[in-house]
Amino acid sequence: MRKNLFLIILFYVILKPSVSFSLVEIDISRGNLDPMPISVSPFFSDKITDENIKKKLNIENLGIEISRVIENNLEKTGLFDAIEKEAFLQKPDIAHLKPRFEDWALIKSQVLITGKVTSKIINEKDYINIEFKLWDVLGAKMVDGFSLTTTPRSWRRVGHKISDKVYERLTGESGYFDTRIIYVAEEGPKTQRIKKLAIMDQDGFNTKYITLGSELVLTPRFNPANDKEITYMSYFRNMPRVYIVNLQTGEQKVVGDFRGMTFAPRFSPDGKKLIMSLAKDGNSEIWVRNLETNIQEKLTDHPSIDTSPSYSPDGKFITFNSDRSGYQQIYVMRSDGSKVKRISFGKGIYGTPVWSPRGDLIAFTKLHKGKFFIGVMRTDGTGERLLTENFYQEAPSWSPNGRIIIFYRETKTDDKGQGFSAKLWSIDLTGYNERLVSTETDASDPSWSSLLGN
Amino acid sequence: MNLSKILKNAFLIVIFGLIVTACATKKSVKTTTESSTSTKAAETQKADPIEKLDALMQGDVYIGSDTVGELASGVPDRVFFATNETILTTASRETLRKQAAWLRQNSDVTVVVEGHADERGTREYNLALGERRANAAKDYLMTYGVSSDRIKVLSYGKERPVDSGSNPLSWSKNRRSVTVKAN
Repeated sequence: MRKNLFLIILFYVILKPSVSFSLVEIDISRGNLDPMPISVSPFFSDKITDENIKKKLNIENLGIEISRVIENNLEKTGLFDAIEKEAFLQKPDIAHLKPRFEDWALIKSQVLITGKVTSKIINEKDYINIEFKLWDVLGAKMVDGFSLTTTPRSWRRVGHKISDKVYERLTGESGYFDTRIIYVAEEGPKTQRIKKLAIMDQDGFNTKYITLGSELVLTPRFNPANDKEITYMSYFRNMPRVYIVNLQTGEQKVVGDFRGMTFAPRFSPDGKKLIMSLAKDGNSEIWVRNLETNIQEKLTDHPSIDTSPSYSPDGKFITFNSDRSGYQQIYVMRSDGSKVKRISFGKGIYGTPVWSPRGDLIAFTKLHKGKFFIGVMRTDGTGERLLTENFYQEAPSWSPNGRIIIFYRETKTDDKGQGFSAKLWSIDLTGYNERLVSTETDASDPSWSSLLGN
Repeated sequence: MNLSKILKNAFLIVIFGLIVTACATKKSVKTTTESSTSTKAAETQKADPIEKLDALMQGDVYIGSDTVGELASGVPDRVFFATNETILTTASRETLRKQAAWLRQNSDVTVVVEGHADERGTREYNLALGERRANAAKDYLMTYGVSSDRIKVLSYGKERPVDSGSNPLSWSKNRRSVTVKAN
């Protein structure tokens, strides 16, 4: 697992300086009902490469697999429509060298992605070099590309990095494909759920389990400044407490020395502080702990339940939910605890506010008339928009570019109490493109990482 | 298992008509129902499910005895709460006074009061709510002479429902605090 978390990039070559690219552009601020036709040519590889990769990874044709990773990523955005490979008229190697644009225009492709995989041995170790090019079919020119050398096992991540590049180039937004999702994997009957921490690539591959399921674990969250570090809550020894785990070393430590239950943890944007709730003597307050100085400080002071805190991306504010008005509502305060202000005033109960990485919106869960909604509002509480309604869903988490929200949804059981399930779902900020996020087991409490470092 | 549940539930209709106190223990339920009244009671249940619900909930607080265990003989182990509430009902206070009396007589026993919420709330809020409920029960036990160092609280939020149903009756059984012997 340790090895897999790394992508060793030896060479990263930008193939061509950026040129203006006005012909093909996608506006993702609205729901896109007319996806752009795109062709992802299988990446070309020579015989020696194929043999080496077969030996190393037991994959027959890595070039096709990489093109599938890219296709799958782009299609799931709802912005692109990948054209079937059977329709392609040009061979991968020739297309990568210089596409015959009229052949790609003929099958209605506006954009073409080509690439090449080559195995390399450096200092007696196996590497692969992956080259990719992005072509504007109508403009008949190459608009972007890069070449990257890495360990063979990291090939999927290269597919994600290519997807990010294409997405950035065509939408003008930063990508979110080279990311991971940490969540709680669930098994067993509803009354005796077994829960484990799990981590996977954003597209559902490479799932790893971090805990064994021997104790109850809840609400894992990435450190936005360090994707090798997470915080979560565990019932280890029947003492519900917040922990921090280093995913590389496996080192795990309880956060702070509190008498009472600590829960609802989240890192500050710079990763140097942790905010959480402390429940003691029937009252829950929000605390912050500086992870460098180990100084901890109480931020709220109210006999009501104050929990689910989340920092603004500049670290200056904290949003949280409190039932001080009688029911759960969303509040914003300065990060020192001053100037508490209620921002949610709509009908219903509001919880789990999470600040968008862009800073302009807060995602939340709302309960109204027996239904649960995931929605967003501006940070002053105006402009409330409900994105999705269901029997039960909560715990929104933002993609690092702030365009997508992932959350979990639970089903209603039947008359006999059977048929319970919990799954991850994602939805675009536009309210379109709601999708089941595939996981090996039932799943809840998702948290999306930042774009991965190397 | 289902049959025994039906029997128990069915019997509750009968027993609530007859007995005023809500704290009939499981044992007495079993001994009186098992054979003779079961058929008739099962019919009653089929005929009028709403009446059954009324008999098992007051407002939205559960008042039945399904799922209720014993801390000691004749001492129920749990009390139930209204949605989003931590207020102890009259019946809950009576149960807790029984628990306190028993704990005073058995001074070597320590307990964990587990606080629980139903599934109709966000996970983190429910953790806080469970802690509040457990402390409401703990405070009452302390008022009746049990020292605080004998009582630990542990909130499970919505993580450990006793009833997996997705309906108001199931939820009412899950909004609870349970006093469990710790030694």
